[in-house]
Amino acid sequence: MSEVLVVIDHADGEVKKPTFELLTIARRLGEPSAVFFGSPEQGDAVAEKVKKYGAAKVYVVDDAQIKGYLVAPKAEALQQLAEKTSPAAILLPSTFENKEVAGRLAIKLGSGLITDAVDVADDGTTTQSVFAGNYTVQAKVTHGTPIITVKPNSAAPEEAEGAGTVEAFAATVSDAAKTAQIVATQPRQSTGRPELTEAAIVVSGGRGTGGNFEPVEGFADSLGAAVGASRAAVDSGWMPHAFQVGQTGKTVSPQLYVANGISGAIQHRAGMQTSKTIIAVNKDPEAPIFELVDFGVVGDLHTVLPAATEKVKERKG
Amino acid sequence: MNIVVCVKYVPDATADRKFEDDYTVDRVGVDGLLSELDEYAVEQALQFREKREGEDITVTALTVGPEKAVDAVRKALQMGADSGVHVVDDAIAGSDYLGTSLVLAKAIEKVKADSGADLVLCGMASTDASGSVVPAMLAERLGMPQVTLASVIESQGDQVRIKRDNEGSTEVIGATLPIVLSVTDQSGEARYPSFKGIMAAKKKPLETWSLSDLGLDAEQVGLSVAYTQVEDTTARPPRTAGEIVTDEDGSGAGALVDFLASKKFI
Repeated sequence: MSEVLVVIDHADGEVKKPTFELLTIARRLGEPSAVFFGSPEQGDAVAEKVKKYGAAKVYVVDDAQIKGYLVAPKAEALQQLAEKTSPAAILLPSTFENKEVAGRLAIKLGSGLITDAVDVADDGTTTQSVFAGNYTVQAKVTHGTPIITVKPNSAAPEEAEGAGTVEAFAATVSDAAKTAQIVATQPRQSTGRPELTEAAIVVSGGRGTGGNFEPVEGFADSLGAAVGASRAAVDSGWMPHAFQVGQTGKTVSPQLYVANGISGAIQHRAGMQTSKTIIAVNKDPEAPIFELVDFGVVGDLHTVLPAATEKVKERKG
Repeated sequence: MNIVVCVKYVPDATADRKFEDDYTVDRVGVDGLLSELDEYAVEQALQFREKREGEDITVTALTVGPEKAVDAVRKALQMGADSGVHVVDDAIAGSDYLGTSLVLAKAIEKVKADSGADLVLCGMASTDASGSVVPAMLAERLGMPQVTLASVIESQGDQVRIKRDNEGSTEVIGATLPIVLSVTDQSGEARYPSFKGIMAAKKKPLETWSLSDLGLDAEQVGLSVAYTQVEDTTARPPRTAGEIVTDEDGSGAGALVDFLASKKFI
């Protein structure tokens, strides 16, 4: 069975959930080989995690020569790994960085590229959600090694024991790939809440919060949800850009999305329209967001949310 | 110094966007415009020029697309770009990322040969395909440093520093011109064309190039040689109308929580 390369999504060795989703999808296409860009000391611990989801091999690529530069070195390393392994496909979690890696890799390998898939069938046919979620597209790579970036929440992770054999892969990074240097990195403070793109429930606030996100955050915490924001709220400086849901922020597809004080412009819809269940709270009964909802409350979020938060807490005891 | 800003003519996101029978995006039957996200790139090109007063800096707006796509270049000229290039050829229609980035890269190389390309500026994504991959692919093809997704840009001499939001951190990236630079919608509101700008744009040079002008032929680009193939497109069924309640004397919160419980969220 051919190898399928799966690029591991992790933060300093902590493997993230989209990796397990990708490994689950990769098993439909062949035998998953996970690719870890990171510190070799963390290789064994990472392998323990990913072998539970079927990784037969774990290629550990020491990122000492890679992490100080944008994108290009990773694309070179993956090219070398692909030339060595002749994989049936290469899957990457759909982050901005990985999409750029995939783009450069597609040119290097002369291969077709599909971005932001929300599903990949066993014959390699991908499903994408386009035009702000108004259309779904079925497509296939017809030339070269299929390179596919896959969005979070595209599959339920299913466990399957793999060998998880660790293999160090020595990539050669050219000087030409080291031209955009990461001069400084400032990690963002953790909120202690679930990650926006991975959360089962997302509670968002918009212009209607008037800058007071307490009701939104309180309600989110009662449900164990991630907090999001509309572009209006971000542009007003009420929330950092990392929380933005929409075309130029994060795309989320949770089980439940609660939009508070968000009118529902097309740019926002693009980031949340594929959510399974949608609830809106808005003072304006004419707000377009109500066209999307399974349940809506016409009312002031500043009174509705705190009351709802209390009731959720009561029910949960 | 010459800045090349890549702009895309896209179907209006607020219109009823759809596909043609061959599954390519309908770029003619739906009203189009300069992609909102590329306006930020034009803005940053103009600010780059304005901040470096006294230097001889020109801005060339470049688009690839059908006849109507020239409107995207015109808008950039109205905003303040100095000249425009429109690459138009029927054979380009239906190009995938590889074909599109190839045509753009060849066009940038031609601009470079004519007047230089010290800075290639792009928006963070198009508003139709939303791929966010073309700037990186241009950097790969042109052999230039890739500096992408900038929210703040500073430059001095041939040094450029940008600030950007990555997944879990804020980063500062440094590189030496010439570079490919993409900017996000956090980089600063794009200006509206002034009346003076609109009038001046009519006299600015605007060239039209075909594939042969770029040394490419029809067998290298377009739908028939794309490395990906769309097999089907389906309009999402409209969401069935949900229940809407009006909050009166606190009834809204109760109804909301009842709904959550009925769906087993609590």
